[in-house]
Amino acid sequence: MENYRYYLKRYIDTQDESALYQAEQLSKLYIQNKISPEEIINKHIQALKDLFPHLPKEIDLSMNFLLETMISYGLAYQEHQSMRKQQLSLRSEMELAANMQQTLLLTETPNIKGLDIGAVSVPAKQLNGDYYHFSTDKNGRFGVAIADVIGKGMPAALAMSMIKYSVDSFSDHHPKPSSLLEKLNRVVENNVEPGMFITMLYGLYNPITEKFMYATAGHEPGFFYDATKNEFTEIEGRGLVLGVSDDTTYQEYELALQDGDIIFLLTDGVTECRIGDRFIERQEVLEVIKHYMHLPAQTLVEKVYKHFERLQEFQLRDDFTLIMIRKQV
Amino acid sequence: MMNFQSCVDIKKEWDIVGARQLGRERAKAIGFGTVDQARIATAISELARNIYLYAGSGVICFETIDEIDRKGICIIAEDNGPGIHDISKVMEDGFSTSGGLGAGLPGVKRLMDQFDIVSDQEQGTKIRTVKWVPQRRF
Repeated sequence: MENYRYYLKRYIDTQDESALYQAEQLSKLYIQNKISPEEIINKHIQALKDLFPHLPKEIDLSMNFLLETMISYGLAYQEHQSMRKQQLSLRSEMELAANMQQTLLLTETPNIKGLDIGAVSVPAKQLNGDYYHFSTDKNGRFGVAIADVIGKGMPAALAMSMIKYSVDSFSDHHPKPSSLLEKLNRVVENNVEPGMFITMLYGLYNPITEKFMYATAGHEPGFFYDATKNEFTEIEGRGLVLGVSDDTTYQEYELALQDGDIIFLLTDGVTECRIGDRFIERQEVLEVIKHYMHLPAQTLVEKVYKHFERLQEFQLRDDFTLIMIRKQV
Repeated sequence: MMNFQSCVDIKKEWDIVGARQLGRERAKAIGFGTVDQARIATAISELARNIYLYAGSGVICFETIDEIDRKGICIIAEDNGPGIHDISKVMEDGFSTSGGLGAGLPGVKRLMDQFDIVSDQEQGTKIRTVKWVPQRRF
């Protein structure tokens, strides 16, 4: 209080810049001590009255008017402070949830004889609405699941955990991909609120027959690279997204893999990656993939991710998941 | 010891001004400084506006609290409106301000020292809030 009056007087007497500098320091001190705007105005009024006991009545009243005007600003400021605190605690809670999700959804890339496998999955925000999972059985068969919850953030992440456990329990018996999706569809239909949909592709590779069986529930089509012809085609497949109708049936598809053939599975975060105002074309994804074709699977998917991460200025718009399975000798 | 009660009916927007006026006079008489008077008036505004906007009509009453070691003002806002369904939600920061409606009930709680609210659907809402004169003034 004394300081405020002192510097106010010095400024009025000398219009000295250093007095204004002191005012700036005071204002920082007030913020630190959580002094509200109306209290500062009150300080001003008191200081003014001390310094000039015979202030014109109009000035006096106008200061009161200003004080009343500032009350709501003071409240808004306090509210802002308390919301900032809440935001910080929410953020750390989200970080915990994200860590927990990472642990829950962790899947190791298995070593399968004759396959070179790579996978990358990066959430746009803290929590991932994409999901992929690898499994193997004692007959050496290799299962791969890739899914995308329509929606982002916490609800998508919660739905993902449910998918994970269902796939875990169903894939024990290694059913046909189509019947796994049918079972999963009923789980989703029964447990997820209407309006939330999940697209998914499930595939099962048999190293003896060298065939990749798969079924898809409306999932973004991946790419198949035919090494003999040296050409890419879209991985075909039709099927309703999970969670729409509980008696949906899924069709079974099959790809015979030759040495050098590659299966790319992805989510729409890859193909619908946005650069500025424009969505990239699926063709552009292929161009980037082709550029890195000589690399091992894991390095390739990471390079492709890094390419699009940079194109999007390191701010992913959507969760990004890319899996690559290359048949090798 | 509670002093006599005085009340203002809130039926139209101008009644808010009357409630502020009466509350400020009481606050001044009890010994509140200018800043606290302004805070009390703002709290009254918020309470009266809530009645006017959401309940249609109600009443704002003032009591002087005169205890051995402290003095204060008690504001009671009462209405027979639809009641508040989820009080916790209304007391959340940002709930009312986001729509630009003002400080809302969290604001009233900040402006005052004690705050209590009872609300039943059908039976309306009763808010009782107290502000004490800062001790050093005695």
